Amino acid sequence: MGISLVNKLSDSDLKKIESHIFAHQGVPGALMPLLHAVQDDIGYVPEEIYPQISQALALSVAEVHGFVTFYHHFRTHPVGKHVLQVCRAESCQAMGSEKLESEIKAKLGIDYHQTTMDGEVTLLPVYCLGNCACSPAVMMDDEVYGRVDAQAVADLVSEVSNG
Amino acid sequence: MAKVKVFVPRDSTALSLGANRTAVAIQAEAEKRGIDIELIRNGSRGVFWLEPMVEVETDKGRIAYAPVKPIDVAGLFDADFLNGGEHALNLGLTAEIPYLKNQQRLTFARVGITDPVSLEDYLAHDGYKGLTNALAMTQEDIVKAVTDSGLRGRGGAAFPTGIKWNTVLGAKGEQKYIVCNADEGDSGTYSDRMVMEDDPFVLIEGMTIAGIAVGATQGYIYLRSEYPHALHILNEAIAKAVAANYLGDDVCGSGQAFHLEVRRAAGAYVCGEETSLLESLEGKRGLVRFKPPLPAIEGLFGKPTVVNNVISLATIPIILDKGAQYYADYGMGRSRGTLPIQLAGNIKQGGLVELAFGVTLRELLYDYGGGSASGRPIRAVQVGGPLGAYLPESQFDTPVDYESFAKLWAVLGHGGIVAFDDTVDMAKMARYAFEFCSIESCGKCTPCRIGATRGVEVMDKIKSGKDHAKNIQVLRDLSDTMLNGSLCALGGMTPYPVISALNHFGEDFGLNVSIDKKLNEKEGVA
Repeated sequence: MGISLVNKLSDSDLKKIESHIFAHQGVPGALMPLLHAVQDDIGYVPEEIYPQISQALALSVAEVHGFVTFYHHFRTHPVGKHVLQVCRAESCQAMGSEKLESEIKAKLGIDYHQTTMDGEVTLLPVYCLGNCACSPAVMMDDEVYGRVDAQAVADLVSEVSNG
Repeated sequence: MAKVKVFVPRDSTALSLGANRTAVAIQAEAEKRGIDIELIRNGSRGVFWLEPMVEVETDKGRIAYAPVKPIDVAGLFDADFLNGGEHALNLGLTAEIPYLKNQQRLTFARVGITDPVSLEDYLAHDGYKGLTNALAMTQEDIVKAVTDSGLRGRGGAAFPTGIKWNTVLGAKGEQKYIVCNADEGDSGTYSDRMVMEDDPFVLIEGMTIAGIAVGATQGYIYLRSEYPHALHILNEAIAKAVAANYLGDDVCGSGQAFHLEVRRAAGAYVCGEETSLLESLEGKRGLVRFKPPLPAIEGLFGKPTVVNNVISLATIPIILDKGAQYYADYGMGRSRGTLPIQLAGNIKQGGLVELAFGVTLRELLYDYGGGSASGRPIRAVQVGGPLGAYLPESQFDTPVDYESFAKLWAVLGHGGIVAFDDTVDMAKMARYAFEFCSIESCGKCTPCRIGATRGVEVMDKIKSGKDHAKNIQVLRDLSDTMLNGSLCALGGMTPYPVISALNHFGEDFGLNVSIDKKLNEKEGVA
């Protein structure tokens, strides 16, 4: 289930990407900071820019592809307006996160790596948010929320969806 | 009349419980009442079960009110909390709260007290004294002080920090690097995050001292991407350190250069392994390297590199400030100094407890932790992250000490303790250990890459009762292969949670414990 979002780069996206590539030439170990810059800016790392990146950093396209797919953080498709990460690690499990996960999935009507039909929220698993004294924890975009239950997460979702 | 100082933490965990809303409410209420306050966003004291904890500076000292929700704010003003007034949430002097008072905070001396991004505050609380001393010492003497302190790597491997530094000092190379491993991925740990968010200058100072000690001019902090607040705070602190000449081409006029940059990781647990981390920093997949060569000889970009954990580096300033002996006087046996312990999971009073080595698990779980959050008996604790062993109640009197844990075939790791109550299914936790390893394996070595997946399958068979006795043996054999055949700790230590769960909680694996338990304990993989 969930909505499927289409990769479509606008001219301005392409311009932004070009300027990020330009800014990272000559930086030691440039690939990681470059991809972060791209994903922070346009939300994902489009596969169609691999040739440009490989040329600028003297890598093969395969190396760029291998890098992107190695790291869980990077994605090659657009996501919803907000990203909700649910912690699956031991500390949160000790506080009932398994039940929480299934309740959140049921409420949103999506599984991990899917986006709600309104295109608002993409659900992702995460392994530790460093909030383990107040488990279970979730992260909405850049903010962590501790000692949450399904209702608190649902409230959070409607808060960001309406905001 | 001077403005009253009110402190509301900006630490992620405090924020996760609504500290920003509390801060906004306090500011708004003060304005409404025409009272001029100075609102300081300090770090957290790490008494997380009491967050958001608001403090007010009074003649007697800082007084704590906690936990403060926006709805409590008007009442606090009515109770004259700005002068330490009586209120149901008044906890008295912060420093006298037993949870804090009984700790031995060396690495965390300033955490929660200061404004994390105020260099002035840092300097006013003994900041940069260690660097000042270091700049007057020879490189050999700095390294000797670190060696003499007995400090061992706090990331988990517990390798003596001074010996590592000495190797880099002796290595020939025009360019050397200091790399801070801030890829804190272990569940149940947050001490690195706290240092970076709540006292970033102590890490910057520690890295600068490391750079001067071994002759490295460039440092990198490899920071996990799950810590966005730490990223912003570190960058702000680094910019201030540069502006004040604590970083740059000529550190404090010493003629020595040290530059520092934060690099974001990208969600690969294996990059907490030092060689995988270095690959990642170089812009490659985080595949584990064969050792030798050691990173100290051929590390980042093939150059001699110190790779240390956040806590190790953040402990350097106090060692250089107060002396190696001061630090070494804490602790027991070969575990010198203190360990910032993190109480997590199903625990009533979760938080950061820094104590000298030697405190027992039971003291931590009950005297500090207050027992489980659910009120049920604590059945198991996992110490040292997802690769750490599960310990049953019968082992709770074990002191926190590297060697005592090693004797039990357990590890202290990064000092995280995750408590589970008696509703936990330990066979499920063992299966999860394999699942996690299969998700996070870098894929370079077979025992880890294939073993983890086979492990999940074997656990499923055991749970369904299929060829039970045979599969228990397969589980032990597979664990033995992973333990002895993996290239790094990810595959090599996944057997720790698995086999410890099997040995101590055999009933969850469908074993008849009364007969098997003793046998299994004798047979343990170790």
